[in-house]
Amino acid sequence: MTAGLGPAELVAGCALVALTAYVLLGGADFGGGVWDLLASGPRKGRQRALVAEAIGPIWEANHVWLIIVVVLLFTCFPAAFARLAVTLHIPLSLMLIGIVLRGAAFTFRSHYGAGHGEAGDAGAGTTERWGRVFAIASAGTPVLLGLCVGALAAGALPVPGRAAFHATFVAPWLTPFGLGVGLLTLALFAFLAAVYLTVEARDDDLREDFRRRALGAAAAVFVAAFGTLGLALLGAPLMGRGLTTAPWAPALHAATGAAAVTAIWALWRRRYRLARVAAAGQVSLILWGWALAQYPYLIPPDLTIRAAAAPRITLVLVLWALAAGALVLFPSLIYLLRVFKREPARP
Amino acid sequence: MPDLLAARSQMAMSLGFHIIFAMVGIAMPVLMVVAERRWQRTGDRIYLDLAHRWAKGTAILFAVGAVSGTVLSFELGLLWPTFMEHAGPIIGMPFSLEGFAFFTEAVFLGLYLYGWERISPRAHLAAGWAVAVSGMLSGVFVVIANAWMNAPTGLRWVDGRAVDIDPIAAMMSPAAFPQVLHMTLAAYAATGLVVAGIHALPLLRDPRNAFHRRALSVALLIGAPAALLQPLSGDLSARFVAHWQPAKLAAMEGQFKTERGAPLRVGGWPDEAAGETRYALEIPRGLSLLAFKDPGAEVKGLEAFPRQDWPPVAIVHVAFQVMVGLGSFMALVSAAALWLMWRQRELTRHRWLLRALVLAAPMGFICTEAGWVVTEVGRQPWVIYGLMRTAEAVTPMPGLIVPFLVFTSLYAVLGVVVAWLLYQQVLRSPQTAEEDAA
Repeated sequence: MTAGLGPAELVAGCALVALTAYVLLGGADFGGGVWDLLASGPRKGRQRALVAEAIGPIWEANHVWLIIVVVLLFTCFPAAFARLAVTLHIPLSLMLIGIVLRGAAFTFRSHYGAGHGEAGDAGAGTTERWGRVFAIASAGTPVLLGLCVGALAAGALPVPGRAAFHATFVAPWLTPFGLGVGLLTLALFAFLAAVYLTVEARDDDLREDFRRRALGAAAAVFVAAFGTLGLALLGAPLMGRGLTTAPWAPALHAATGAAAVTAIWALWRRRYRLARVAAAGQVSLILWGWALAQYPYLIPPDLTIRAAAAPRITLVLVLWALAAGALVLFPSLIYLLRVFKREPARP
Repeated sequence: MPDLLAARSQMAMSLGFHIIFAMVGIAMPVLMVVAERRWQRTGDRIYLDLAHRWAKGTAILFAVGAVSGTVLSFELGLLWPTFMEHAGPIIGMPFSLEGFAFFTEAVFLGLYLYGWERISPRAHLAAGWAVAVSGMLSGVFVVIANAWMNAPTGLRWVDGRAVDIDPIAAMMSPAAFPQVLHMTLAAYAATGLVVAGIHALPLLRDPRNAFHRRALSVALLIGAPAALLQPLSGDLSARFVAHWQPAKLAAMEGQFKTERGAPLRVGGWPDEAAGETRYALEIPRGLSLLAFKDPGAEVKGLEAFPRQDWPPVAIVHVAFQVMVGLGSFMALVSAAALWLMWRQRELTRHRWLLRALVLAAPMGFICTEAGWVVTEVGRQPWVIYGLMRTAEAVTPMPGLIVPFLVFTSLYAVLGVVVAWLLYQQVLRSPQTAEEDAA
């Protein structure tokens, strides 16, 4: 930790920023699918329509953040990428199936029935079935993502080739702590989506629906977060120690707690835009807490960011490419969000 | 099924599936903006309808392309972790750039698809062009990464690992230009001609249908020139292979013996055990002439290489014959169509041309799949040509037949659904005769 910041740490920081963007944007799209699955009450259909409208134009762009993370990992930290890909083969493959089904089913649903082909009753039934696939895949994928993160954070990933099948390919990720992280991820994504949807809903009934859902999800996040912390102390001592005894831990927990309380208070008082900022802040802080707790390790307990890093020339070139890419990307993204996420007109 | 074969099959299946969506994602936006531009210029509503339908088709195909591309970026590690551990820092650069190009494509496709009523017509058309350009660049960057596997540059290989790496030099591999050109043209040729063929079919029954006539003209505008240029670009690729990957060339041509004035074999079946290619039509000195521009040039046969360095000869040879044969047909049909268009003849009066276009419709995709078989199977047994064997790169994970079967079934279902959706949403023809449209 005394080595200071070099290009390896900078790239790792960029990867964390990209992962944060994926969680805040792409995560909310998965959360939207959860609310599609849990749609209920008299406004069931309109809840689903709002989710579809909110995700439609942007989910593919939001999804690319994940690809950026993967590319940064294999370009700049190839040793870490190889070990993750070997030991997490099973949950990553399952997660990919979820990603494929979520994206494909959402698109199929959007394009069945509507438009030029008069699909009729058969079309309506098919639309509904793809809707179910979309919703279930949206709920399952975050759990699998969390399982992978949990296995990494627990410092349980073995060096492949030295142990039996179960010990190498199953045991590291199928743990109570991993499941805890999986459920926490699901709760966080659902929470983000519900909070965002309170801002995007165009009428008060629908906004109230998602306000109640956001408050419920906030409670689920609370339970899952403390449950996971408890499981960490039992099953992932590195993470548990980092989160409880590190010098920065009290400040981080205070900030996360403040963001959480602000989000709930703002939801309670129907200050939705404030709630959106606070919720995004809370989720980012949880993510950064994980990153800080395992710093300087990329794969705890033995592979540091430095040790996993590619040669310096690659890191420097990638940093330049990121800078150049950001110049194109951020104006485009802001334009996209401005066109589709403009404040709905107040009645 | 041995794990190595299962891993190779899963990779081949995933790439073969994704490439179709990627190609359409490169070329379809061009068709869509040409149609939109024509609508803006002429006010002809049929062009607007075409732009809408093609945009819808692009949306469906782009989504499946995006998720199947994500699968590939993970599969590089899930199946070939040792390859990525060594190659990642060297070829990560084009993948990073591809990431941004793909990002741009996704952003502007969202604007294009959902922005018809939200942004100005000019901004909308510009968004369409941004999709077309960034889609093309995505493909260029990915092919540059693949080119490095065929002709690795920008490194020294010492004791089984890369040292002194130079990611920029790695992007300048001698394979890069020929492969990028060949693949980019392939995307426009295959997509343009499949759309042309799809609209030529109803024109055989209903030659006055204004909708299909306009669709055909836009599709040929994109597809035919690309298909016509493709044999020239193929010649460039073949000469690269002759120079840099002589064992691959020998397999493509079924050339077992090293000889001067080697013949060009059309068709035939290479018998690896006997070391000869039977039943081929041989054009004397043709291969020496084509590959080295000298009818007396020496062509290395497979016998010049150790047996364990041979690619599977029959697969590579047959795939190459399929690509060249079908590609030549596409080029001929395109030449005829372009000639008639240039002479301002009514294409729909020439029923033989419409029939040939219908026949050519699937050929571009078959050619592309065959061409990638030549490239990838022809590179075997190497994953990084001459440096790392594919067998050294595969994951230690056992039971790889399971993910292979799971992903194959998943993609089979998606393929059927996409085909049905495209039929439902894009292809079913509206009934507008030329007189009604005016």
